[in-house]
Amino acid sequence: MEKINPLEIRIGKLKLQNPVLLASGTCGYGSEIADFTDVKKLGGVVTKTITLKPRTGNPVPRIVETPSGMLNSIGLENKGLEDFAAVKSRELSKLGTEVIASIAGDNIKEFSAMAERLSLLTCVSGIEVNLSCPNVLHGMASRTYKLIAQDARATSDVVKAVRKCTKKTLIVKLSPNVTDIKEIAKAAENAGADAVSAINTLFGLSVNIKTGKPNLARGAGGLSGPAVKPVALYHIKEIYSCVKIPIIGMGGIMSFEDVIEFMMCGAACVQIGTCNFIHPGESAEIVRNLEEFVKGRKIKNISSLIGSVKI
Amino acid sequence: MKEYKAQILSNIKVADGYYVLCFKAGKAQVNAAPGQFFNIKVNEGGSPLLRRPFGLHSVSDGGVKILYKIVGNATEMLAGKAPGEYINVLGPLGKGFDLNNAGTKNAVHILAGGGHGIAPLLALAENLRKKRKNVIVLIGGRTKCHIVGEIMFKRIGCRVFVSSDDGSAGYKGRVSGLLDDILAKNENKTKKTAYFIYACGPKPMLRTIAGLGMIYGVPTQVSLEEYLGCGIGICVGCPVETKAGRKLVCKDGPVFEAGDIIWKK
Repeated sequence: MEKINPLEIRIGKLKLQNPVLLASGTCGYGSEIADFTDVKKLGGVVTKTITLKPRTGNPVPRIVETPSGMLNSIGLENKGLEDFAAVKSRELSKLGTEVIASIAGDNIKEFSAMAERLSLLTCVSGIEVNLSCPNVLHGMASRTYKLIAQDARATSDVVKAVRKCTKKTLIVKLSPNVTDIKEIAKAAENAGADAVSAINTLFGLSVNIKTGKPNLARGAGGLSGPAVKPVALYHIKEIYSCVKIPIIGMGGIMSFEDVIEFMMCGAACVQIGTCNFIHPGESAEIVRNLEEFVKGRKIKNISSLIGSVKI
Repeated sequence: MKEYKAQILSNIKVADGYYVLCFKAGKAQVNAAPGQFFNIKVNEGGSPLLRRPFGLHSVSDGGVKILYKIVGNATEMLAGKAPGEYINVLGPLGKGFDLNNAGTKNAVHILAGGGHGIAPLLALAENLRKKRKNVIVLIGGRTKCHIVGEIMFKRIGCRVFVSSDDGSAGYKGRVSGLLDDILAKNENKTKKTAYFIYACGPKPMLRTIAGLGMIYGVPTQVSLEEYLGCGIGICVGCPVETKAGRKLVCKDGPVFEAGDIIWKK
């Protein structure tokens, strides 16, 4: 008889061995963090966001600590799609874990081109569409909205276009910088997304009072870390109330208890982000603790926790 | 590599605002190379959340020393730690000084440090002195009170010169001025000394020293400082432009050939 894995979770076509993934921008392309954590033990990794053309990113300082969190303004620095497809993808196939490619584009054409190209790579098992990076300006952002993920219609247009170009599992990354995240999540679901991930970082600012200048060279940045966890849980609960597709939760997860909390609020699986910067080995440890947790509680499958919070 | 909890053996004030902390180290830490750093989480939990990088200062029996200046919350908390308490250490990380091509017996190695930039230079001096190399150390500070480590370098047989911006100790001016004098004198000699330069300190100082290295044709290595998010090359928070493209201070450095860096004004 086949051994039943109580941590197994399905996201679209993907069968993950457990619900713990590494978040985009916090693990390089997987191999960078492999010296510190056993990526084979994880549910998967989400790559640093890839753009069609190379991006040099924002000036330094790009990182500043804030109470129980940090602001970043990396600005999607990456070597572009071709480098990913030609060079990085070779390392990815050796990782031994599911790889979800994160992509961002300036317009629908770019998103489509990237999705099409990535669909040809066997080492990529899913695509996360990053509509919510607070540190870049998209060509699609209108005067009303800074981020595509703030605009239900733009979100729908991008997701529909990407859906046409790929059969791979399609995840849409949402922003907490919205008036009502439910509207955007529904738009993504109706446009054909297999899952949504939330939350990307929150707009934030920190100032050096001696110089009167922001601590980040670019000014504002994206807030992450334990400080944002309650915000993330709130948004996940909101999304859970209105969509049927699975939610990938993230925002300040530092322990397996945090993972359970996210699942109770509606997350089917989670991504570990800022934690990787501080305890790069923690993700595999979290998986180990989850294994013990389900064993101790005699839980048949961890999915039974999803949305179980009693409100 | 795994993070590990290191017991503090001592934590001593060595000058106004400057401390030397010694922690019990494993094999990997004791074998750290000069110029490499340890990323230390001062407290559990969210305050401070991120690790702070500290260059290897010195290795002693079963212990590793870091020298730090109180500059903010994290270093202030660190200064409050007593022997017996624990810190969470990740490291050694990064690429240290390259000593594979350290010249002949008569070569002279000049170590220039500004402020707490001398921190990694002691480990380097210890290493060079073990190999019986000639070492000159140039220490710069704003005033007499900001000059740290003079005795420690002298104790291991280095010649030490100090500079202060206000002239309260040694040469009045910058450390780069001291260096310029030494290199200029060498130009006039018939039998020139082969020099090697290693520098650590604020960026403007490193830029000036890189320039001197170029003018006088002296191999120069610099240890760069940048705000680090993770220290292991995954957050991409510490880019530096080099002739070979974008590198990361934490992973590709912190030590670089000065000539490889594209210095910005």
